[in-house]
Amino acid sequence: MDIKHVAKLANLPLTADEEKRFSAQLTAILNLVSQLQKVPTKNVVPTSQVTGQENVFRDDKIETERILTQDEALSNAKKTYNGYFVVPRIFKNDH
Amino acid sequence: MKITPIIGLEVHVELATASKMFCGCPADHFGKPPNIQTCPVCLGLPGALPVPNKKAVEWTIILAQALDCKINLISKFDRKNYFYPDLPKGYQITQYDQPFGENGKLGKIRIRRVHLEEDTGKLQHEGQQSLVDFNRSGVPLVEIVTEPDFRSVEEVDVYLKKLQRIIRYLGISSADMEKGSMRLEPSISLSNDGSLPNYRVEVKNINSFRFVRMALEYEIKRQQKEPHIQQTRGWSEAKNATVPQREKEEAHDYRYFPDPDIPPIRMSNEQLAIIKEQIPELPEAKLTRFVKQYNLSQYAANILTDDKNTADYFEEAAKLSDQFADIANWIINKKADITTLVPAQLVEQIKKSQTAMPVDKTALEQAIKTVLSANPKAVADYKKGKTAVIGFFLGKISQAVKIPANDMIRTVLERMLNAR
Ligand SMILES: [Zn+2]
Repeated sequence: MDIKHVAKLANLPLTADEEKRFSAQLTAILNLVSQLQKVPTKNVVPTSQVTGQENVFRDDKIETERILTQDEALSNAKKTYNGYFVVPRIFKNDH
Repeated sequence: MKITPIIGLEVHVELATASKMFCGCPADHFGKPPNIQTCPVCLGLPGALPVPNKKAVEWTIILAQALDCKINLISKFDRKNYFYPDLPKGYQITQYDQPFGENGKLGKIRIRRVHLEEDTGKLQHEGQQSLVDFNRSGVPLVEIVTEPDFRSVEEVDVYLKKLQRIIRYLGISSADMEKGSMRLEPSISLSNDGSLPNYRVEVKNINSFRFVRMALEYEIKRQQKEPHIQQTRGWSEAKNATVPQREKEEAHDYRYFPDPDIPPIRMSNEQLAIIKEQIPELPEAKLTRFVKQYNLSQYAANILTDDKNTADYFEEAAKLSDQFADIANWIINKKADITTLVPAQLVEQIKKSQTAMPVDKTALEQAIKTVLSANPKAVADYKKGKTAVIGFFLGKISQAVKIPANDMIRTVLERMLNAR
């Protein structure tokens, strides 16, 4: 288990101590969950939904009453400037 | 050794729906003050639930159908996980293994997939910090991915213009690159024997057809000199070059999984047939019909069908008069402002100009024919868009018919030039 890789993906800074501790814990969790592999699923159709719902849509309408004002949108931000959220600069890394 | 460029394309197009993809905020974000079109859904606030915009789904399917894709009867949305400040949820809702459309084609270029996702917010870098605007966050974005089927820069150019035309005909997006509603990402590698190389260079951040050309031409030269490595590069306008982008390897481990907030989408063949009926006559079919039905040159028909409004305008006018070549000529050479004249007025003006004809029409046409035949190079220049040669022709023609050049002579000349 590459704990450094997992931590990076989760955007979590870990100390060396934590890396050690969580590495063991994560391995244990994965082992526990991997018991599911024993369930016979050969004849089961894969699903990602258990609600049985399908085709839940909204009409293409603007819902003015749900739109936040700029002040509301920014109200929990640590730092703002001229109506923008401000974050430390991150080097370009497109997706 | 003959080197063949192998090129594939990813094109992103923002749909022109009224509201965003998964919430009721306005989708039109261009030029708006920052962060005035957001809500808990598109800000990714805890507990907010995304609900897909029905029109965006239908429009994606329409585009996929227009590109001859196979439409998946069952589709779903997935989460693509990564951290970046323009992505408030920590994941982008997109489609992974069950996109709306797959295996289509445009001309001889195969379309791998057409899928729907949400756009991200917008970042502006200022000094050591970045400013984030979420007005664009959650705007419906269609991605059209080709197979690596292009073998020249020219083929890419032709494909992009065709695709833009189709999107505009469908009326699903302005596909305006200056406003960022159409964005282009070519991947290119070089092959010595025509087979697919085991690397590719992706070029990001391209916002014009011209820059795609320049970036590809640059890459073809660069890759002949430098080692062939898998890479992401960006187009730098300032340097007139592609430059490597710093990338963390981890960024590509997106851990896609089905979005549990959004139930799957099931389409019946009947529903797909109803959606398909909304597809209007597409540019290529219209062009072929214009040539045939109105006896126009390929050149004239191509210009008239470039956008649907002009084509419709021409057809309106053509219902009122069978002087198709004259109507085409007046529209193409912008002799009348078709944004202010209705088609009937245009036809009226054309008639008026012809009754005021001071020379014999047959003699004039004969004189023009002689001048054009004697100056093939100038004709070729005109076809390349050098309209200044009109003045040269007018001088020759007025000498031949012995009257000063006038509007009427110009009209007939332009009509005959366009017909050649
Ligand atoms: Zn919203």
